[in-house]
Amino acid sequence: MIGLNDYLGLSALLFAIGFFGVLLRKNTLVIYMCLELMLVAATLALVAFSRFNGILDGDIFVFFILTVAAAEVAVGLAIIVALYRRRQTVQVDELNSLKN
Amino acid sequence: MADLLFYITAAFTVFCALGVVFNRNAVNAALCLLLSLVGVAVLFALLNAYLLAVLLVLVYAGAVVALFLFIIMLLDVRADQKRPFKLVSLIASVAGLALMVGGIAMILRRGQLTASPAPAAAAPVGSVLKSYAELLFTTYLLPVEIIGFLLLIAMLGVIVLCKKFEGLEDVK
Repeated sequence: MIGLNDYLGLSALLFAIGFFGVLLRKNTLVIYMCLELMLVAATLALVAFSRFNGILDGDIFVFFILTVAAAEVAVGLAIIVALYRRRQTVQVDELNSLKN
Repeated sequence: MADLLFYITAAFTVFCALGVVFNRNAVNAALCLLLSLVGVAVLFALLNAYLLAVLLVLVYAGAVVALFLFIIMLLDVRADQKRPFKLVSLIASVAGLALMVGGIAMILRRGQLTASPAPAAAAPVGSVLKSYAELLFTTYLLPVEIIGFLLLIAMLGVIVLCKKFEGLEDVK
Protein backbone atom coordinates (compact mmCIF):
# COMPACT_ATOMS: atom_id res chain seq x y z
CA MET A 1 0.00 0.00 0.00
CA ILE A 2 1.41 3.36 -1.05
CA GLY A 3 1.42 5.76 1.87
CA LEU A 4 2.25 9.35 2.57
CA ASN A 5 5.93 8.57 3.08
CA ASP A 6 6.35 7.24 -0.46
CA TYR A 7 4.95 10.42 -1.96
CA LEU A 8 7.11 12.56 0.31
CA GLY A 9 10.19 10.54 -0.63
CA LEU A 10 9.46 10.95 -4.33
CA SER A 11 8.91 14.66 -3.79
CA ALA A 12 12.23 14.99 -1.98
CA LEU A 13 13.98 13.06 -4.75
CA LEU A 14 12.55 15.33 -7.46
CA PHE A 15 13.51 18.38 -5.42
CA ALA A 16 17.06 17.08 -5.02
CA ILE A 17 17.37 16.44 -8.77
CA GLY A 18 16.18 19.97 -9.49
CA PHE A 19 18.63 21.38 -6.96
CA PHE A 20 21.48 19.41 -8.50
CA GLY A 21 20.55 20.77 -11.92
CA VAL A 22 20.54 24.34 -10.63
CA LEU A 23 24.04 23.86 -9.25
CA LEU A 24 25.47 21.95 -12.21
CA ARG A 25 24.17 23.66 -15.31
CA LYS A 26 25.53 26.89 -16.76
CA ASN A 27 22.74 27.74 -19.16
CA THR A 28 20.29 30.20 -17.58
CA LEU A 29 17.30 28.67 -19.35
CA VAL A 30 18.09 25.16 -18.11
CA ILE A 31 18.65 26.53 -14.59
CA TYR A 32 15.20 28.03 -14.83
CA MET A 33 13.72 24.68 -15.90
CA CYS A 34 15.33 23.00 -12.90
CA LEU A 35 13.81 25.67 -10.64
CA GLU A 36 10.40 24.81 -12.07
CA LEU A 37 11.09 21.17 -11.33
CA MET A 38 11.77 22.06 -7.68
CA LEU A 39 8.50 23.99 -7.47
CA VAL A 40 6.55 21.06 -8.88
CA ALA A 41 8.20 18.70 -6.39
CA ALA A 42 7.03 20.96 -3.55
CA THR A 43 3.48 20.98 -4.91
CA LEU A 44 3.51 17.18 -5.02
CA ALA A 45 4.30 17.12 -1.29
CA LEU A 46 1.47 19.59 -0.59
CA VAL A 47 -1.07 17.56 -2.55
CA ALA A 48 0.01 14.34 -0.81
CA PHE A 49 -0.31 15.95 2.63
CA SER A 50 -3.77 17.31 1.95
CA ARG A 51 -4.98 14.02 0.46
CA PHE A 52 -3.80 11.90 3.35
CA ASN A 53 -5.21 14.29 5.94
CA GLY A 54 -8.57 14.62 4.21
CA ILE A 55 -8.43 18.39 3.87
CA LEU A 56 -8.37 20.66 0.86
CA ASP A 57 -6.19 23.55 1.96
CA GLY A 58 -3.01 22.09 0.48
CA ASP A 59 -4.70 21.73 -2.89
CA ILE A 60 -5.77 25.36 -2.76
CA PHE A 61 -2.18 26.34 -2.05
CA VAL A 62 -1.04 24.38 -5.08
CA PHE A 63 -3.57 26.39 -7.03
CA PHE A 64 -1.85 29.60 -5.93
CA ILE A 65 1.63 28.16 -6.52
CA LEU A 66 0.72 27.31 -10.10
CA THR A 67 -0.47 30.86 -10.72
CA VAL A 68 2.58 32.46 -9.17
CA ALA A 69 4.89 30.09 -11.08
CA ALA A 70 3.28 31.06 -14.38
CA ALA A 71 3.75 34.76 -13.62
CA GLU A 72 7.32 34.08 -12.47
CA VAL A 73 8.22 32.25 -15.67
CA ALA A 74 6.84 35.06 -17.80
CA VAL A 75 8.82 37.75 -15.97
CA GLY A 76 11.98 35.64 -15.68
CA LEU A 77 12.07 34.76 -19.35
CA ALA A 78 11.53 38.42 -20.22
CA ILE A 79 14.54 39.27 -18.06
CA ILE A 80 16.60 36.57 -19.81
CA VAL A 81 15.63 37.97 -23.21
CA ALA A 82 16.59 41.47 -22.10
CA LEU A 83 19.90 40.11 -20.79
CA TYR A 84 20.60 38.34 -24.07
CA ARG A 85 19.90 41.50 -26.01
CA ARG A 86 22.48 43.35 -23.99
CA ARG A 87 25.21 40.72 -23.50
CA GLN A 88 24.63 38.23 -26.35
CA THR A 89 24.95 35.28 -23.97
CA VAL A 90 22.89 33.29 -21.49
CA GLN A 91 25.76 31.37 -19.88
CA VAL A 92 26.11 32.22 -16.21
CA ASP A 93 29.92 31.90 -16.25
CA GLU A 94 30.14 34.62 -18.87
CA LEU A 95 27.90 36.98 -16.92
CA ASN A 96 30.65 38.06 -14.51
CA SER A 97 30.82 41.80 -14.84
CA LEU A 98 30.44 42.20 -11.06
CA LYS A 99 33.57 40.10 -10.50
CA ASN A 100 36.23 42.72 -11.15
CA MET B 1 -2.98 -1.89 -9.31
CA ALA B 2 -2.70 1.67 -7.99
CA ASP B 3 0.59 0.72 -6.32
CA LEU B 4 2.03 -0.55 -9.58
CA LEU B 5 0.88 2.62 -11.34
CA PHE B 6 2.56 4.71 -8.65
CA TYR B 7 5.89 2.92 -9.09
CA ILE B 8 5.80 3.13 -12.88
CA THR B 9 4.88 6.81 -12.84
CA ALA B 10 7.44 7.65 -10.18
CA ALA B 11 10.23 5.94 -12.13
CA PHE B 12 9.15 7.70 -15.32
CA THR B 13 9.03 11.11 -13.60
CA VAL B 14 12.45 10.71 -12.00
CA PHE B 15 13.97 9.47 -15.25
CA CYS B 16 12.64 12.48 -17.16
CA ALA B 17 13.80 14.84 -14.40
CA LEU B 18 17.30 13.41 -14.76
CA GLY B 19 16.93 14.01 -18.48
CA VAL B 20 16.30 17.71 -17.78
CA VAL B 21 19.52 17.94 -15.78
CA PHE B 22 21.85 15.95 -18.04
CA ASN B 23 20.65 16.83 -21.51
CA ARG B 24 23.09 19.12 -23.29
CA ASN B 25 20.53 20.33 -25.78
CA ALA B 26 18.18 22.90 -24.23
CA VAL B 27 15.28 21.84 -26.47
CA ASN B 28 15.60 18.22 -25.35
CA ALA B 29 15.77 19.40 -21.73
CA ALA B 30 12.53 21.34 -22.17
CA LEU B 31 10.81 18.31 -23.68
CA CYS B 32 12.05 16.13 -20.80
CA LEU B 33 10.60 18.71 -18.42
CA LEU B 34 7.28 18.37 -20.25
CA LEU B 35 7.27 14.58 -19.81
CA SER B 36 8.24 14.91 -16.17
CA LEU B 37 5.35 17.32 -15.58
CA VAL B 38 2.95 14.89 -17.21
CA GLY B 39 4.23 12.23 -14.80
CA VAL B 40 3.56 14.53 -11.84
CA ALA B 41 0.07 15.20 -13.23
CA VAL B 42 -0.59 11.44 -13.26
CA LEU B 43 0.56 11.31 -9.62
CA PHE B 44 -1.89 14.13 -8.82
CA ALA B 45 -4.64 12.06 -10.44
CA LEU B 46 -3.59 9.07 -8.31
CA LEU B 47 -4.01 11.35 -5.28
CA ASN B 48 -7.58 12.17 -6.43
CA ALA B 49 -6.68 15.79 -7.21
CA TYR B 50 -8.11 15.64 -10.73
CA LEU B 51 -8.60 19.38 -11.09
CA LEU B 52 -4.97 20.03 -10.19
CA ALA B 53 -3.79 17.36 -12.62
CA VAL B 54 -5.65 19.03 -15.46
CA LEU B 55 -4.43 22.47 -14.37
CA LEU B 56 -0.83 21.28 -14.18
CA VAL B 57 -0.95 19.96 -17.73
CA LEU B 58 -2.72 23.08 -18.98
CA VAL B 59 -0.60 25.69 -17.23
CA TYR B 60 2.81 24.03 -17.10
CA ALA B 61 2.86 21.76 -20.11
CA GLY B 62 0.69 24.05 -22.17
CA ALA B 63 1.93 27.51 -21.33
CA VAL B 64 5.23 27.35 -19.46
CA VAL B 65 7.06 24.73 -21.54
CA ALA B 66 5.76 26.30 -24.75
CA LEU B 67 7.15 29.62 -23.54
CA PHE B 68 10.49 27.97 -22.76
CA LEU B 69 10.70 26.41 -26.23
CA PHE B 70 9.78 29.72 -27.79
CA ILE B 71 12.55 31.56 -25.93
CA ILE B 72 15.10 28.83 -26.71
CA MET B 73 14.38 29.17 -30.40
CA LEU B 74 14.43 32.96 -30.14
CA LEU B 75 17.82 33.06 -28.43
CA ASP B 76 19.51 30.28 -30.42
CA VAL B 77 21.64 28.83 -27.61
CA ARG B 78 23.19 26.04 -29.65
CA ALA B 79 26.74 27.23 -29.06
CA ASP B 80 27.16 25.60 -25.66
CA GLN B 81 26.00 22.12 -26.64
CA LYS B 82 29.39 20.48 -26.79
CA ARG B 83 30.89 22.21 -23.81
CA PRO B 84 31.72 19.58 -21.14
CA PHE B 85 30.88 20.07 -17.48
CA LYS B 86 33.80 21.56 -15.57
CA LEU B 87 35.30 19.28 -12.95
CA VAL B 88 35.18 21.97 -10.26
CA SER B 89 31.51 22.73 -10.81
CA LEU B 90 30.72 19.01 -10.94
CA ILE B 91 32.44 18.42 -7.60
CA ALA B 92 30.79 21.50 -6.07
CA SER B 93 27.32 20.46 -7.24
CA VAL B 94 27.75 16.92 -5.96
CA ALA B 95 28.87 18.34 -2.60
CA GLY B 96 25.85 20.66 -2.48
CA LEU B 97 23.56 17.78 -3.39
CA ALA B 98 25.12 15.60 -0.69
CA LEU B 99 24.54 18.35 1.89
CA MET B 100 20.90 18.67 0.96
CA VAL B 101 20.26 14.93 0.81
CA GLY B 102 21.92 14.64 4.22
CA GLY B 103 19.58 17.32 5.58
CA ILE B 104 16.54 15.54 4.21
CA ALA B 105 17.77 12.22 5.62
CA MET B 106 18.19 13.83 9.05
CA ILE B 107 14.62 15.15 8.89
CA LEU B 108 13.32 11.74 7.84
CA ARG B 109 15.23 9.99 10.61
CA ARG B 110 14.44 12.35 13.48
CA GLY B 111 11.11 13.90 12.54
CA GLN B 112 9.17 10.70 11.95
CA LEU B 113 5.40 11.06 11.86
CA THR B 114 3.94 9.17 14.80
CA ALA B 115 1.32 7.45 12.69
CA SER B 116 1.01 7.85 8.97
CA PRO B 117 -2.55 9.07 8.52
CA ALA B 118 -4.85 6.74 6.62
CA PRO B 119 -6.25 7.98 3.32
CA ALA B 120 -9.57 9.74 3.72
CA ALA B 121 -12.27 7.13 3.57
CA ALA B 122 -15.42 7.53 1.52
CA ALA B 123 -15.45 10.70 -0.58
CA PRO B 124 -11.96 12.13 -1.15
CA VAL B 125 -12.30 15.88 -0.86
CA GLY B 126 -9.96 16.61 -3.73
CA SER B 127 -12.20 14.98 -6.31
CA VAL B 128 -15.19 17.26 -5.72
CA LEU B 129 -15.03 20.49 -7.67
CA LYS B 130 -17.63 22.19 -5.51
CA SER B 131 -15.40 22.13 -2.46
CA TYR B 132 -12.62 23.92 -4.38
CA ALA B 133 -15.03 26.68 -5.38
CA GLU B 134 -16.36 26.96 -1.85
CA LEU B 135 -12.92 27.42 -0.34
CA LEU B 136 -11.67 29.73 -3.07
CA PHE B 137 -14.61 32.08 -2.74
CA THR B 138 -14.92 32.11 1.04
CA THR B 139 -11.77 31.40 3.08
CA TYR B 140 -9.27 32.23 0.37
CA LEU B 141 -11.05 35.10 -1.33
CA LEU B 142 -8.40 37.69 -0.49
CA PRO B 143 -5.47 35.59 -1.87
CA VAL B 144 -7.47 35.04 -5.07
CA GLU B 145 -7.86 38.79 -5.49
CA ILE B 146 -4.18 39.37 -4.76
CA ILE B 147 -3.14 36.69 -7.25
CA GLY B 148 -5.27 38.35 -9.91
CA PHE B 149 -3.54 41.63 -9.19
CA LEU B 150 -0.14 39.89 -9.29
CA LEU B 151 -0.90 38.54 -12.76
CA LEU B 152 -1.73 42.05 -13.93
CA ILE B 153 1.54 43.37 -12.50
CA ALA B 154 3.48 40.52 -14.14
CA MET B 155 1.90 41.33 -17.50
CA LEU B 156 2.84 44.99 -17.17
CA GLY B 157 6.37 44.05 -16.12
CA VAL B 158 6.86 41.79 -19.12
CA ILE B 159 5.64 44.50 -21.47
CA VAL B 160 8.04 47.02 -19.94
CA LEU B 161 10.95 44.56 -20.04
CA CYS B 162 10.46 43.48 -23.64
CA LYS B 163 9.47 46.68 -25.33
CA LYS B 164 12.23 48.76 -26.79
CA PHE B 165 11.64 52.30 -25.62
CA GLU B 166 13.04 54.70 -28.14
CA GLY B 167 13.39 58.40 -27.67
CA LEU B 168 13.21 58.07 -23.90
CA GLU B 169 16.72 59.45 -23.36
CA ASP B 170 15.52 63.04 -23.25
CA VAL B 171 12.91 62.07 -20.65
CA LYS B 172 15.51 60.88 -18.16
